[in-house]
Amino acid sequence: MLGEGILKGLAETARNAVGSFVSKDRLTTVEYPEERLPLPEASRNFPFLVYDGTDWEKGLRCVACQICEKECPPKCIYIDKSKDKKPDAFGRPQIYPAKFDIDISVCMSCQICVEVCPFEAIKMDTQYELSTDDRFGGLLLDRKELAKSNEYYHQIHPTEASEVDAKLAAEKVKADAKAKAAAGAAAAKAAAAAAAPKPAEAAAKPVVLADAPAAKPQGEGD
Amino acid sequence: MVSTLDQIFVLLKHWLVGLLPSVLQPAAGVLLSVVAIVCVFPALFALTVLLERKGLGRMQNRLGPNRVGPFGILQPIADAIKSLTKEDIVPLRADALIHFLAPLVLVVAVFLEFAVVPMGRNMVLVDMDASLLFFFSIGASTELSVFMAGWSSRNKYSLMGAMRAVAQMISYEVPLLMSSVAVVMITGSLSLVKIVEAQNQYTYGLPHWNIFTPWGCAGFVMFAIAATAETNRSPFDLPEGESELVAGYFTEYSGFKFALFFLGEYLGMFSISGLGTALFLGGWSAPFSFLWWVPSWIWFFGKVMLSICVLIWVRGTLPRLRQDQLMNFAWKFVLPMTLLNLVDVALWRFLGEGWLRWVVCSAVMLVAYVAAALTGLRRDHIGPRSYRYAE
Repeated sequence: MLGEGILKGLAETARNAVGSFVSKDRLTTVEYPEERLPLPEASRNFPFLVYDGTDWEKGLRCVACQICEKECPPKCIYIDKSKDKKPDAFGRPQIYPAKFDIDISVCMSCQICVEVCPFEAIKMDTQYELSTDDRFGGLLLDRKELAKSNEYYHQIHPTEASEVDAKLAAEKVKADAKAKAAAGAAAAKAAAAAAAPKPAEAAAKPVVLADAPAAKPQGEGD
Repeated sequence: MVSTLDQIFVLLKHWLVGLLPSVLQPAAGVLLSVVAIVCVFPALFALTVLLERKGLGRMQNRLGPNRVGPFGILQPIADAIKSLTKEDIVPLRADALIHFLAPLVLVVAVFLEFAVVPMGRNMVLVDMDASLLFFFSIGASTELSVFMAGWSSRNKYSLMGAMRAVAQMISYEVPLLMSSVAVVMITGSLSLVKIVEAQNQYTYGLPHWNIFTPWGCAGFVMFAIAATAETNRSPFDLPEGESELVAGYFTEYSGFKFALFFLGEYLGMFSISGLGTALFLGGWSAPFSFLWWVPSWIWFFGKVMLSICVLIWVRGTLPRLRQDQLMNFAWKFVLPMTLLNLVDVALWRFLGEGWLRWVVCSAVMLVAYVAAALTGLRRDHIGPRSYRYAE
């Protein structure tokens, strides 16, 4: 019948108008500044630097190997290596980044820096409320602004962070075992060298490797 | 007490005018009424815009504006401040004078329409003998302002919007007039005051409104369709079709001039709703005789706001028509039906009192409606489109 569709349509909009007052399920609007949806675990936007422990400066995992700086497609990472070495969270002396800046106005959130980092030192953040009135300085994040604790990483990406922790722990066990073995070997070699002093240079090598894997890529970076 | 409340605005006006010397009294009386109209309807406009935005939001399961003030009720004030402080841009090649005059002509014409609408018992600015004629002639001049705006902007979209608007307004002016003529035929008067008074009678407590007759019901539907098209409301909002014409004839308007167009459009809605109320819904008369004690102006404004709500409801429901559908609908359906309605009114008038005229008049309109549905608007010739490309 002519006009039937119009009446049906009017009934539908009336149902919506009344229903939106009756059932809250109909209103899908999230009133953003006051309430917000939980972010999905896979969400990401800009990178941050993970640190272990409580002191961000001491605990930075980054050893300034500069792989991420070189791999970054839009070249938004700026790193200066330190001249000296400082003990990291595990007490081993490491080079650290004297300057680590990321220009988030340039960053394209590709996550390549995260993928290439051998130290699990750089990860993707989920913080999206980054607007600022300073167009240049406000969007150039320095070391201090980038450093976030491992606990924070666990909060935003729990599954990924646990995997990373397990991997790091396994590596540490391996490294410790290797170091121990190397130390034992070195001691044995030293003992042997004491008997026959010729191959002393060869014995020195495993000692350097004992610091790996932490130190190995650093050589590649150079 | 009841009659004092009913006439409170009239008495207030008389008291205020009485304070002045007798030479100034006629002019002051008119001026006071004009000021009242110029204040009340823009205030109603602000309220309606908020109501529309909230209502449309609810129809789409949204919240609507709720940021300014509690529940967003201060939104109209924020909008007003925004439109007043915005830069007023006139295109370089525009005809500056016409461009400036167009919104003024629209608002002035629309305000003039309120002069003859009876808003309550004894509450009409000018009680003319031919107030209906005055209303339609002034209403027709809004087309002029629309075309002024479209032509002077020197913009394709504006011009196309204006041409659409003029075509549409002229097409729907005819059914609008024809459906009103039905009421004039029964009442025998062009005066809106007399038309309302004729409807202010009751049988068994029920009013003699025109909408409660077969011809009046059909006429009211036609009137509502034509009025929606006259005021460029959705689904007949082709002149300002956002998706194809940016904003139609007021594309090149900004700031307060844009606000004036917006105001003019809503005032047009109010005036045409007021006219429809006076013609078909009994103007300021109460819907039941036992409600006689409620002031007449409450009924008038209540009915107008109800019509506005229906217009908002329709806007939230129907998609925009295509230009050919719009014209087909006007000339092939609404106009023939209004012409038939005139015959129906004549039958009603001359069949005398009794049940016979109810049956005959209802049957005529129903048969015509079904016939139109079965044949008139059927489109067998429209099939899948075939495209021919250039070689």
